Amino acid sequence: MKLALRELRRQPGRFAAAGMILTLIALLLMFLGGLLDGLIRSSTGAVRALDADVLVFSSSAENAFLRSRVEPALRATVDAVDGVEQTAGIGVLQLGARMPDSGPRELLDIALFGTELPPRSDGALPAEGEVLADESLRQRGVTEGMVLELGPGRSPVTVVGFTTDTSYLGQAALWTGPQTWREVLGENRPDQLLGPDVFQALLVRLTPGSDAAAVAERIDEATGAATASLTVVAAADTLPGVQEQQATFNQIIGVTVTIAIVVVALFFALLTIERAGLYGVLKAIGAESRSLFGGLVLQAVVLTTLSCSIAAVAAVGLDLAIPPGSVPLRISALRLITSLVYLLVAAVVGCAFSLRRVLRVDPASAIGSSS
Amino acid sequence: MNEQDEFDGDRFDGDESVDHAPAPDQAPALIMEKARKVYPMADSEVVALDDADIVVEADEMVALVGPSGSGKTTLCSIAGGILSPTSGRVVVGGVDISTFGPKQLTRVRRELVGFVFQSVNLVPFLTARENLLVVDELGRRTGAPARRRADQLLEELGLADRAKNLPGQLSGGQRQRVAIGRALMNDPKLVLFDEPTSALDTKLGMAVMELIRDEMKSRGIAAIVVTHDERITQFCDRSVHMEDGKVL
Repeated sequence: MKLALRELRRQPGRFAAAGMILTLIALLLMFLGGLLDGLIRSSTGAVRALDADVLVFSSSAENAFLRSRVEPALRATVDAVDGVEQTAGIGVLQLGARMPDSGPRELLDIALFGTELPPRSDGALPAEGEVLADESLRQRGVTEGMVLELGPGRSPVTVVGFTTDTSYLGQAALWTGPQTWREVLGENRPDQLLGPDVFQALLVRLTPGSDAAAVAERIDEATGAATASLTVVAAADTLPGVQEQQATFNQIIGVTVTIAIVVVALFFALLTIERAGLYGVLKAIGAESRSLFGGLVLQAVVLTTLSCSIAAVAAVGLDLAIPPGSVPLRISALRLITSLVYLLVAAVVGCAFSLRRVLRVDPASAIGSSS
Repeated sequence: MNEQDEFDGDRFDGDESVDHAPAPDQAPALIMEKARKVYPMADSEVVALDDADIVVEADEMVALVGPSGSGKTTLCSIAGGILSPTSGRVVVGGVDISTFGPKQLTRVRRELVGFVFQSVNLVPFLTARENLLVVDELGRRTGAPARRRADQLLEELGLADRAKNLPGQLSGGQRQRVAIGRALMNDPKLVLFDEPTSALDTKLGMAVMELIRDEMKSRGIAAIVVTHDERITQFCDRSVHMEDGKVL
């Protein structure tokens, strides 16, 4: 093992090519992972921010706010279910928002949430005609006290504060009470206007100690399957495009890890071939195949860790260099560590291809080479 | 004797000696009786070593001479625990290794035998001192005693001021001396020299052989020197000739 580390230290040039390729692969992996995290975050932020345990849609809505309708009678049934402490109506409306003095085509994509419960990070709902805005809008020039005009009806709302991580399907969320939401809905989408006390969905808070999944099942039973209830965590995953994004990126990440395995396997296979003579000598003087292979794995692990460290610094730098809001990149410590773990596994698996070659090195090759 | 038991203890000391073997300190470094090595081919077999008998005493230096393909390397490999004989008996430093498996033979090489290879074969990225310490690192590490022994060997071999030099910074003769030091690190019963002068010019070759003889004799360690060169034999106690796998 000491021998392997000394070789790394004294002959770094020998490992430079593999280290550089591994660094680029690690950076690619971290960038892809960061993009996935950023996309998922910008899709699900608003749902994850809901201060509730269960989200109730009408059964025909396929978990989509726009298709869902919850009448007061249905809400009363949900209120009566064991484990339900409180219900709150919620609805969403996707519109373009115009800042003061901006051109007619300079629109911000927003999702206006009308809810009876404020999002998790804030204590109270704003008053009528006021909204809390997602933090990302600040980078687009929205400031506290600014009046935004929503939709073709140019419904005015005043920004009175900001919330973090509340994007919805890539659009910044605005949070307001049910009354303002209904007014904006009526002024801009009269065809979607709902009756008094009718909401698109219900937020449900549970009594302490209740199991969210179990309560969700009980709600659907109580309503005779007129509702489709799911936990807020599950609701985030069922948002349109989220699973497709995850599947696509995970496949790309899988292919990248496979490439890393091939790179490590090829590099260390070549190194093993090159070292066959040295391994023969070391075996002849008493080295075991196990320790030689262990040294190889150690070199791969150290090389991968170094490459990942450089890539992590580069990824963080990239994250800082990219202007906020332009690319949905989110570099988190968890993603960097996950990428390192993937590549460490790839390094060990890649090395395993050289195991047979190390075992096959014959100590007899060290002796009598010319006789 | 239960072979496994031998490996549960510490270093081989020769006390696992075969029946009727002399006391360890006088035991021959090598006893080969009817040692045979046969390689099966498609529909025949090749006899690389043909019932070889040889005894090398504890402080004896033997030149093994013969043409290419005569079986010198095979005999050397079996004596050094690199190969197992197909049949026959092999005792190294009082330990019968005839039936040892690969793992046990690895330990034999680590503890009982020293090797000096034809092309020296030092680890290129290690200093002279570290090349000696590799032997300790391959087995159960002893740490400080090994470091002291390496320093002492380098001093005795006239390499104290070259301890921190990489092999590439040493002359051919100095590299050969480092290789000798490495072979002596484990305090072996038998050192096998494989054509130790073939890569050196005549003058240096003779100087190296003198050094080998002096080192082996001063330490009372047995040695087998495989060579094509008859001039080498003058430095050894006796010569053993081989031909067609037989010891003549």
